[in-house]
Amino acid sequence: MANLGRIVSVSGALITAAFDEPVVQNEVGYAMVDGLRLKAELIRVRGDYADLQVFEDTAGLYVGSQVEFTGEMLIAELGPGLLGQVVDGLQNPLFDLAAVSGYFLERGRYLEPLDRERSWSFTPRVEVGASVRAGDALGSVPEGEFEHRIMVPFAASGWLTVKSIVQAGDYTVEHVVATLEDERGRVLEVTMLQRWPVKLPIRAYRERLRPQEPLVTKIRIIDTLCPVSRGGTACIPGPFGAGKTVLQQLMSRHADVDVVIVAACGERAGEVVETLREFPELVDPRTGRSLMERTVIVCNTSSMPVAAREASVYTAVTIAEYYRQMGLDVLLLADSTSRWAQALREVSGRLEEIPGEEAFPAYLESVIAAFYERGGLTQLRDGSQGSVTIVGTVSPAGGNFEEPVTQSTLKVVGAFMGLSRERSDARRYPAIDPLDSWSHYPGVVPAAEVAFARTLLRTGNEVAQMMKVVGEEGTVIDDFVRYLQAEYLDAAYLQQDAFDAVDGATGAERQALVFSELVRLLRAPQRHADKDAARRHYQRLTQATKEWNRAPWGTPEFEAGRDRVRELAEVNVHA
Amino acid sequence: MHKTYTRLERVTGSVVAVNAGDATNRELAQLTWEGGSSLAQVVRLEGGRAYLQVFAGVRGLPTNARVRFLGRPMRVPSSDALLGRIFDGAGRPRDNGPVIDEEGIDIAGPSVNPAKRIIPRTMVRTGIPMIDVFNSLVESQKLPIFSVPGEPYLELLARLALQAEVDRIILGGMGLKHDDYLYFRDTLDAAGALSRTVAFIHTAADPTVECLLVPDLALAVAERFALRGHRVLVLLSDMTNFADALKEVAITMEQIPSNRGYPGDLYSQLAARYEKAVDFDDAGSITILAVTTMPGDDVTHPVPDNTGYITEGQFYLRGGRIEPFGSLSRLKQLVNASTRDDHRPLMNTMIQLYAAYRETLEKRAMGFRMSDWDEQLVRYGEGFEARLMDLEVDLPLERALDECWRLLADSFEPAQTGLPTALIERHWPAAA
Repeated sequence: MANLGRIVSVSGALITAAFDEPVVQNEVGYAMVDGLRLKAELIRVRGDYADLQVFEDTAGLYVGSQVEFTGEMLIAELGPGLLGQVVDGLQNPLFDLAAVSGYFLERGRYLEPLDRERSWSFTPRVEVGASVRAGDALGSVPEGEFEHRIMVPFAASGWLTVKSIVQAGDYTVEHVVATLEDERGRVLEVTMLQRWPVKLPIRAYRERLRPQEPLVTKIRIIDTLCPVSRGGTACIPGPFGAGKTVLQQLMSRHADVDVVIVAACGERAGEVVETLREFPELVDPRTGRSLMERTVIVCNTSSMPVAAREASVYTAVTIAEYYRQMGLDVLLLADSTSRWAQALREVSGRLEEIPGEEAFPAYLESVIAAFYERGGLTQLRDGSQGSVTIVGTVSPAGGNFEEPVTQSTLKVVGAFMGLSRERSDARRYPAIDPLDSWSHYPGVVPAAEVAFARTLLRTGNEVAQMMKVVGEEGTVIDDFVRYLQAEYLDAAYLQQDAFDAVDGATGAERQALVFSELVRLLRAPQRHADKDAARRHYQRLTQATKEWNRAPWGTPEFEAGRDRVRELAEVNVHA
Repeated sequence: MHKTYTRLERVTGSVVAVNAGDATNRELAQLTWEGGSSLAQVVRLEGGRAYLQVFAGVRGLPTNARVRFLGRPMRVPSSDALLGRIFDGAGRPRDNGPVIDEEGIDIAGPSVNPAKRIIPRTMVRTGIPMIDVFNSLVESQKLPIFSVPGEPYLELLARLALQAEVDRIILGGMGLKHDDYLYFRDTLDAAGALSRTVAFIHTAADPTVECLLVPDLALAVAERFALRGHRVLVLLSDMTNFADALKEVAITMEQIPSNRGYPGDLYSQLAARYEKAVDFDDAGSITILAVTTMPGDDVTHPVPDNTGYITEGQFYLRGGRIEPFGSLSRLKQLVNASTRDDHRPLMNTMIQLYAAYRETLEKRAMGFRMSDWDEQLVRYGEGFEARLMDLEVDLPLERALDECWRLLADSFEPAQTGLPTALIERHWPAAA
């Protein structure tokens, strides 16, 4: 017997329903209208009234229309077949949806995320009588490059005994592959598909470890100056047009991880389209397969209903955790967490909660912190390691980092890559500010060299500031050369042409080699006749180094490029 | 048959409340009273009470006005009969032409499934070098023109309406001065472009709520044209007026304001409109250009700020010129790759050098000695402004690129530009 309620008010995406039977906080309800069932989430209960945020347009709802309470929280379907999918915030597969609905996203139409017809080749890994716990692998199926583990449901508690397990063979995701019995004698049927409430973290692991190993993104300024570790967290705040999204796209393309989850939350559809149209054609250099085979896109673009934005980031992180449970390294790119925060603000406003700073709800900080804490490096119960690295962009109002979302995020992340308007206006890409940005993680080049570079950049910047006041003629030549050197390091190393096939992605080994070379030549004492001569020298050196950056790794051109840079650099070296 | 109500319980701002238990969310109602009538839309339901936003405003509205619910949302006709016509914010003819009697389509429809979109590849040529070379307009792009009041943004829009290579133009005017509306109409008419144009014009004298409808009407029609395979350009002016209308309505609805009085959903509201820009995989496209005036030339003001996050690149109009800065939209990069091999590197180098020129100007203003390099930059920067930035310049893309090379050669040695040697060898003009 369904638990039914009646709508008593409708305000934007928020509806209030009167109910008689008990309801569950955060449970899913359906608002009925014109034969459609609109998915909603219960977010507040007051007396006999429940407030629900509807994940769809609420047009046509009326006072007295029915709400069906399901008693279950919002879940994600987990199982083989997730990789390569493009889903909306509620995990509706968008290509399947286009096949049935055409051009537009019709409301109230929900499809199953995982294909029920498709068979997977299952190989059992345990035998009858074995003792298992939540998250332990019962078997595996090949999915793309990976052995996709079929695991004991994460919700299972305590030790369970395997009562039966199927032979190796092809099964669909709903086929029962094993039966387990728990300590109290209850029998649990296990399929390849499991459901998990997206708002709860999956905790079926032994322990969390400290992230130490760099996650190579092939973006020089990140890997060298503000690296992120496997299992670490980073945030990329920046004003509009500074290149947040390009940066994330580059990371999704080049990052050295097994699985990439892209959560496009409240951003432009065009960006998602670029990823979903291009990735199937791009080859993952690690595996030789298409990039799409390691990617899941969860998108709730800005014109889709606001309430589903929140669902999209949780769905994405749940899928990320699921693949982590298989001992894989997962990168979750969330673009942008500000849009999610704004969705919280909109709903909070409709609930008439007392607003906090800039009308964001008071619980903003704890919600953000809890989200980033779902990242991490974990040791699983079988001893293998898996990680979820979370990189979130923040779109601060007015490009001002003092706003609540940026500040709440900075408290909980391990690396900060601040984009600056000045750099992007001057076409210095990636526009990460090398002076403001920081990271708690180790990078791909020796720390001493990084320290040297940071000092040089800082000094160069100080000289540049000073020159604005005293002019070039009031600056001594040594200072002026420091300034030129800092500019050179910036132009020739930190800046990268994302659209150049070679320069756009620099491997860790190459970074270490080039960076050492540059640091060595910058450390050598210099002598220049005058400032103009010094400027010409560094202009030539910049051009030569940029050419070197465009030479493919391990080719004669690469060697020639290095020789050319050395040759030029030595002209002015003080004997 | 829908029931008629004859008692308004509340009248605040442009919103009235009626005790109507059978009203449905977002449906339309017809209000009539002695001496007036207006459409209204249900914006909130509470208990047995429906709150309606009255399009024509509530001045002179008696509490015994008749309210008849229509059981459908706002609609607009969408056939080719619209071409050459001008309507107001409620969809009524403004040009004394006949009312178009059609079933119509719902406005503010659902969003396009991203799976049905394609990566835009086609550049929209305009003959304005600052756009074609430095901020290429791409089909399906949504692009604001950030401007301060007083800049020639309407002239720019009109020129784009005349020169842009598209099939259909939809013009949405919000809070336009009546003179500006006439200017637009006459300019398009004189150039013979009115026949490919549909206009929805809300002037500053019209009721506020009608301002809110203009983008939805314009974009619903555009969407229908695009689905029929046309390449549609939507010109909107001024989105700041639209945002201010949102603010006005939200405040009278007692919503908690978030930033400078604007409602918390400003971003979503703007995005819902801009995201209608699309390139369908097997139909036409919608490109949106929208003027957003920046109060006090402040780009961090909530309206330009939110707009900037939604749109793909932006034009800055300052001192009568389009600035070469502004964001590097990915779209632009995509099409620049297929125009000419030198387009992208040349554009980036020109802008880097122009930024250096701006710094040099500051230096000069402070009375510092100019180095040889500074002198070179000044020569370059002044040439750039005169030969390319001037809005009067009308050059096809290829000729504009050649002009860029000449400009560089007039001021610099090849190595000073940092351009790849291969390009320099191919394009650097031989010394005259």
